Amino acid sequence: MVSNDDIAGPIDSSDEWIRQRTGIIERRRSSAAEQAIDLAVRASTEAIEKAGIAPGQIGAVIVATISNSVQTPSLAALLADRVGATPAAAYDISAACAGYTYGIAQADALIRSGTAEYVLVVGAEKLSDFAKPTDRSISFLLGDGAGAAVVGPSDTIGIGPTLWGSDGSKWDSVGMDRPLKEAFDDPEGEFPTLRQDGQVVFRWAVWEMAKVATEALEKSGVTAEELTAFVPHQANMRIIDEFAKQLGLPESVLIARDIATTGNTSAASIPLAMHRLVEEHPEASGGLALQIGFGAGLVYGAQVVTLP
Amino acid sequence: MAHTTEEVIAGLAELINEETGIAPDQVSVEKSFTEDLDIDSISMMTIVVNAEEKFDVKIPDDEVKNLTTVGEAVEFITKAQA
Repeated sequence: MVSNDDIAGPIDSSDEWIRQRTGIIERRRSSAAEQAIDLAVRASTEAIEKAGIAPGQIGAVIVATISNSVQTPSLAALLADRVGATPAAAYDISAACAGYTYGIAQADALIRSGTAEYVLVVGAEKLSDFAKPTDRSISFLLGDGAGAAVVGPSDTIGIGPTLWGSDGSKWDSVGMDRPLKEAFDDPEGEFPTLRQDGQVVFRWAVWEMAKVATEALEKSGVTAEELTAFVPHQANMRIIDEFAKQLGLPESVLIARDIATTGNTSAASIPLAMHRLVEEHPEASGGLALQIGFGAGLVYGAQVVTLP
Repeated sequence: MAHTTEEVIAGLAELINEETGIAPDQVSVEKSFTEDLDIDSISMMTIVVNAEEKFDVKIPDDEVKNLTTVGEAVEFITKAQA
């Protein structure tokens, strides 16, 4: 656990400043020895157990991540092997904070087409490796974590149609601060880390994503009143609050606010937030949730799903 | 219909009050959003988006960074709606 006080010094900040701007009280960060793969294995093992299937039944493993410790091979191939799913197809997705929703969209399509019977979808991040202690734009928001879901065949619809897309005109508003090769050629310089233009991202994440969320509901034929929960990417509490306000959700809809104690975990944030929401509100299980991921690219993905 | 300078100042003061609770009489053209009114970047963007709607203008992301004082915002909005 890393508190605001633990990281406030290098950014000349305080617990109060961080809470006020982000709603984050603390975040989880891994030890040096623990990698994103280790987090992914733990989350996946739990998901497979809860799904009640044998790992050998998994036909594909999709990992959404931006923090695999190497550019290749994929984290997914190693994960498939660690959880006993070899020789499942395995690949990573680079869709940042929208990655998990992209993975769910692909799992849905793979199963409908008969390409796979069960698909393991994982969001796994060790973002602390890409956080700069002196960065005031995004680093202090970041946490480590992993969340996983097993998607399988069903007689009833558990995943609604996906609304997804991108806007590369804002490519440089959030992402790495320098290319890997540049850093490699400049051994005196700093390792690439994440940074963002918070104002640009905030406007897009609230007002543009509110349009996407509304359209995703329409596409699914679901009204806001029929939702049990709203699970947006946990980017910043201020984004979640303003987003919910713009959507005008009824008070009956549970809103995931996992960020307060987990920070922004990019691709892992939606499954982590959903996991906590169902744990804290077991009665929500079986209800409908609108999940929406949005982030570096810029990219976004949204779908209505049945809560596990 | 275009708003007068006075109307834009009053409208902005109202939006700032809704977002931050700052009393409208504290908002005047010479005030800096960050230094004097202590408005953070996220609140600033919320005020900008609400101002776009209120005054029917577009305030691009790049422009927001140039609006450091209330007066600069009022000038931009007044010109943009002309």
